[in-house]
Amino acid sequence: MEFFERFAVPHPSPLIYASMVAIGLTVLAIIFGITYFKKWGYLWKEWLTTVDHKRIGIMYMISALLMLFRGGADAVMMRLQTSVPDNTFLEAQHYNEVFTTHGVVMIIFMAMAFIIGLMNFVVPLQIGARDVAFPRLNALSFWLYFAGAMLFNISFVIGGSPDAGWTNYYPLASNDFSTSVGVNYYNWALQISGLGTLMTGINFIVTIIKMRAPGMKLMKMPMFTWSALITNAIIVFAFPVLTIALIMGTLDRQFGTSLFTSTSGGMDMQWANLFWIWGHPEVYILILPAFGVYSQIISTFSGRNLYGYKSMVGSMVIISLMSFLVWAHHFFTMGHDAFTNSIFSITTMAIAVPTGIKIFNWLLTMWKGKIRFTVPMLYSVAFIPLFTIGGVTGVMLGVASADFQYHNTMFLVAHFHNVIIPGVVFAMLAGMTYWWPKMFGFMLNEKIGKWAFWFVSIGFCFSFFPMYITGLDGQARRMYTYSESTGFGPLNMLSFFGAGVMAIGFIIIVYNVLYSIKNSPRNIGDDPWDARSLEWATQTPVQEYNFAITPEVESSDAYWDHKKKGYQLFKGNIEKIHMPNNSGLPIIMAGIMLVFAFSFVFYIWAGVIVAAIAFLACLIYRSFEKDDGHYIPVSEIKETENKNGGAN
Amino acid sequence: MKIDNTQPLEYSTDQNQMNILGFWIFLGAEIMLFATLFATYFIYADRTGSGPTGSDIFEITPVLIETFLLLTSSFTIGLAINAMRLGRKNATLTFLAITLLLGAGFIGFEIFEFVHYYHVGAGLQTSAFTGMLLTTLGTHGAHVTFGFFWGLFILIQIKRDGFNPRTANKSFIFSLYWHFLDVMWIFIFSFIYLKGMM
Repeated sequence: MEFFERFAVPHPSPLIYASMVAIGLTVLAIIFGITYFKKWGYLWKEWLTTVDHKRIGIMYMISALLMLFRGGADAVMMRLQTSVPDNTFLEAQHYNEVFTTHGVVMIIFMAMAFIIGLMNFVVPLQIGARDVAFPRLNALSFWLYFAGAMLFNISFVIGGSPDAGWTNYYPLASNDFSTSVGVNYYNWALQISGLGTLMTGINFIVTIIKMRAPGMKLMKMPMFTWSALITNAIIVFAFPVLTIALIMGTLDRQFGTSLFTSTSGGMDMQWANLFWIWGHPEVYILILPAFGVYSQIISTFSGRNLYGYKSMVGSMVIISLMSFLVWAHHFFTMGHDAFTNSIFSITTMAIAVPTGIKIFNWLLTMWKGKIRFTVPMLYSVAFIPLFTIGGVTGVMLGVASADFQYHNTMFLVAHFHNVIIPGVVFAMLAGMTYWWPKMFGFMLNEKIGKWAFWFVSIGFCFSFFPMYITGLDGQARRMYTYSESTGFGPLNMLSFFGAGVMAIGFIIIVYNVLYSIKNSPRNIGDDPWDARSLEWATQTPVQEYNFAITPEVESSDAYWDHKKKGYQLFKGNIEKIHMPNNSGLPIIMAGIMLVFAFSFVFYIWAGVIVAAIAFLACLIYRSFEKDDGHYIPVSEIKETENKNGGAN
Repeated sequence: MKIDNTQPLEYSTDQNQMNILGFWIFLGAEIMLFATLFATYFIYADRTGSGPTGSDIFEITPVLIETFLLLTSSFTIGLAINAMRLGRKNATLTFLAITLLLGAGFIGFEIFEFVHYYHVGAGLQTSAFTGMLLTTLGTHGAHVTFGFFWGLFILIQIKRDGFNPRTANKSFIFSLYWHFLDVMWIFIFSFIYLKGMM
């Protein structure tokens, strides 16, 4: 039994035991349900082995939504704990674990997955491609991400969750201060999913550079595709830094090196540097695709082409370069000299300029437009003022001397939620609603969607604006409780109320999905929003080959000009189409990687070795495999096109 | 698959061209990976704690032999690709085999070097300097080891299938990888060993 003792949770509580039971029952229910309805074959053939970018995108988004609720539960627990002074709902250790997993889950497993999911679904359609450049690599990316997410999520029932914050600073994250295996989980879960993300980055750069429809010059790409291109460039250059930082952390914790210790010459600040050299570009990896989504939506629902296309592209390029030059502003107070702080203070404030340009471009796109206040547009319109408040408080934090007052207070927490929620989360909800009909062939109910919007955005204001005040008054972040004499009580209660309102908003979104599956009309045509870019030119639901005939493009609003000016998109005849074959290898490799990482977390070397050999065997199999894909014959394409009314 | 005969075999299909571009971008990521290692190593180079310094443990002989082996292998992989362009299968196989043997020799000497470090008391756990040194060298060495097996499987495939868009593409990409490892080694040789011995 000694072997199994390592899997015990170090700080058990009734909440954790309840979660264990809930996880166990859910897994059993899913397995039983799939078996009962005899869906294993369908699931394996159509989804688990798919290399279709649309299905991979949808799987990314489903995973992201699940993670949203996992991270959201953490958030509500935190706000509940701090809602009144001296609360005893969570003890200190458990609170540490909850804010750590909340941060990691929301950034890595929710927001990243959501944007990569949207990119997967939308980008190939927007550029008129049949799939991404490396479809099988794309499937591997998803399954590695999924393996990382699963590894991270079992931590709190097996062995204990990480508890050193999502920033995982050393020496707090070292064996001395973080004694459970939690930080090992952190290292390996991020390592695995980071590998997947790096592959996505390479895949999408090649896709966008090489696979655009004829006539689509770089400066005629839809803005979301532009944002995806730049984001993936940041991914390729930022993620290797994280890889090394995590390897160094693993060496320190599991092999006894002293890279981040304060003895034997080690330097704990090097972790902070490496983490934020990845971490700050990561912030822009999240927000640039969101900007792309808003650009598409605002342009569509204002009935105008995007104002300042070139400056939009230029500002994104500048942001991507500058995102690598601001990292030290995350630790102004940790003892660099005034000169260093000044440099990073200036770069930080300068990065607000290109962002400001984009804000004005969106406003001018709406200017004199015929605005339709649909659900995606509501999120986009609310984003502009709310994000601007977040941006302005960011500039406040960027003033190095003033940061000594704000650092590690709730003011900071309010700031980054103020940019991430209206920035990224609103964009993802807006994008999901906007592209939903293309994904599933029906629309989400607008009326229920608007209710959800108001709950989420009003709840957001109530949750986070009070934190600006308590933060300025000195309430520190990551403290599990505070005394009554501080006077923080009422405002924290208000925050908890706001969190509750937001939670209701997200529940309404789930209800909306269920309601719309049942009640929404299915005869919505190919272009329900009267939109502008190529993804709306193909039929709904989108066939596996996307376009029967490769479109030819003459402007950045190709489909709009096709509708209004009569440009011909589809010239020529239907020819046989080459498509990649499905493959079970990606999910198997990710499964092996999960075993590898899990064994590594618990120092089970036999498991590590067996999994490593199995993984290499997969690579060898892949090296010798001959897979040229298959052709869809013309007759079959014509039959499908006629059945669905045809794209042209 | 449409084959464009005006292009060299490794570029002859759309997929081949994308594979090569993708691999160049991957090498960009690899440059970031090694840049991070180098930057961190430079910060740690003098943080030796109570352990030995670079000049205490570095020995020029094995390092020179390793350098010689790897630089020569970079030349022979170039010859292999040249022979492939000329369509000479046996020459390609020979040069590829020589490349891999030189690579294996490099790995052998590097293992020897690591054993030496262990014996003079410069293990992974000794100090931040030794830890980072072995991490940086180890990452490079792991890349070479991976490359050895990758190249071996490509060699088998050329022997079995001859030159076609698939094998030519793989060989070319492998040569990019091998050259890249060589460039990284030049940085390691100059800025870790030579600078450390000064």
